[in-house]
This record gives sequence, C-alpha cells and structure tokens, in this order.
Amino acid sequence: MRVGVITFPGSLDDRDAMRAIRLAGAEPVALWHGTHDLMGVDAIVLPGGFSYGDYLRCGAIAANSPIMAEVIDAANSGMPVLGICNGFQILVETHLLPGGLVRNDHGDFIRRDQRLRVESTDSAWTSGFEPGQEITIPLKNGEGGFIADEETLDRLEGEGLIAFRYLDVNPNGSLRDIAGLRNERGNVVGLMPHPEHAVEPGFGPDTPAAMRSGIDGLTFFTSILTATLASA
Amino acid sequence: MPTIVVEVMPKPELLDPAGKAVAGALHRLGHDHVTDVRIGKRFELSVDTVDDELLKSIEKVAADMLSNSVIETVLSVEVLDESPAGETH
Repeated sequence: MRVGVITFPGSLDDRDAMRAIRLAGAEPVALWHGTHDLMGVDAIVLPGGFSYGDYLRCGAIAANSPIMAEVIDAANSGMPVLGICNGFQILVETHLLPGGLVRNDHGDFIRRDQRLRVESTDSAWTSGFEPGQEITIPLKNGEGGFIADEETLDRLEGEGLIAFRYLDVNPNGSLRDIAGLRNERGNVVGLMPHPEHAVEPGFGPDTPAAMRSGIDGLTFFTSILTATLASA
Repeated sequence: MPTIVVEVMPKPELLDPAGKAVAGALHRLGHDHVTDVRIGKRFELSVDTVDDELLKSIEKVAADMLSNSVIETVLSVEVLDESPAGETH
C-alpha cells in the first residue's frame, strides 16, 4: 500500500509522517503541494506544521494549493485522508470536515503528551482501536480550539462523527472536548494531536511500563492497511 | 489605481485571545477605561479598474477565502477613494 504525504511550504512533520507509514508496513510517497499529481497513492496524510506561516488563517492558503483539488476529489471518492494538526486545519478550511480551529483559549502554544478517548472506530484511520480506548499521543499547537455552532456540534455528536475527545484536561478550549473528527463516510479523519510522534518505542510518550515507550499512534497507520485489505 | 478594502472580524460570540491579551496589557498600563479589545483584519486589494462585476467577484473572494464564515464575519467590501487630485500615474 502506498500512502502519500503532502509537503506544503512550512510543513514540519512530513518526514515523521512518512516514517510512521514505513514503520506501519506501508510505502510512504512524498507529494508536493504545487503539483496536481497524487502519484497513484492509496491514501493521503496532510502533515502538521505551519504552512504559509499560518498567514491569513491556519491552513487557509494550503487549502487552496494546486494539489488540494485532487485531494478533495479523492476524498469525495472514498480515499482515506488523514489530517494531523495543520493538516486538520487544512481539512476544515477545505470543508471536508466541519467547524473551525481558533487560537487556544489561554493564548499560549501548548506541548504535552495528551490522553484521548477514541470515540469512533468507524473510520479508515481508527478501525484498529477498541471503541472507547484511551490513548496517549503528543499534542503541540497554538491554534487548536475546535469550534462550531450548536447545531453542528449536536449533529456531530448524534451521527457519531466525533473521532477523539480530550481526557483529563481540555488543553485549548475545544468545544465539547473535541480533539478530532471523521466524515460521514469514515475515510476522512482530522485531529490536532500527533499520532506520527508515537510510533516507535524509545521516541514516544512515557507509559507506566517504561519511559518514552508509547506507540499508540501506530494504530492510525496500521488501521488503513487492515481496512484496505479487508475491502480488497 | 483603485483599491478595494475588505474588513473581517472574528465573530462577536467567539473568544478572541489575541484581543484579550492586548486588553490585559492596556489595563496594566493604566487604561482601565478600555473594557474590551477585538482584533480583526483589513485587506487592501489593488485593482486596475472597478466595476460592479469585479466588486461582486471580490465579495465572493471575501466570503470564500479572505474569511472563514465559521469563525469570522466580513464587515465591509468597499472601494477606497480615488487617488488625491492632481496625482498622475
């Protein structure tokens, strides 16, 4: 399976995402924002970072990149698309996922190992988790506050489209503790925390078992392998 | 050369942490009469000529790209006054 990672001007975690894909057993493919070429990949990751220096709004200019026309078409045809942090902001700006992401309510950039509850396993990127599973992956952002109007929030809740919720603390003022969403079809997932930073023992969050041994993020990338094999 | 000015503000019901930080600084400087600060954006778009059709297209750009309707409101899309009399291009 070939999984594309798109690099935008200012992307930061594209290499880590490619590494996570390789560790999960898939083949990472570097894609470039300025082209219209998805190079025949089977899934796409929009990585974290600060595309275009967060000018205009986070993710807004990247959402209008040449390659995003193909990404939107592919997503609407059912291709798995994962947006991490800035990638989530890009997905929201393209309206592939609803709502908006605004500056953290406390005004500070935050970096912490964040506990999350997996609220939906009905997606290409979360099918490997147990319903309600609690995971820990790094969170690092300045503008991660998820907002939407009440009607949208009720719909997301009612249709089971909330993929992840923050546990212990709400780190950024996100409404209803929303950390990530999936679309109706389940192929598009976006979240603020970073699964690609918790994929290899020795480099992940601390766990009760050992320092830096947390690899809860790996399941995101193995989920698409299983989902694709199952549907093949 | 005409300039079209687009003004965008965060929605009133949303917390504006940047504005809040500025308000906090003003209070520390003794400006207690300032009760609230909100920070928006002003875009100045230079164009060759203006007509109704162009203005309509800019209004669409303002709604679709310069602002995000989930978090922001477009306050105005206006043509700035022509260059001062006597100035030539």
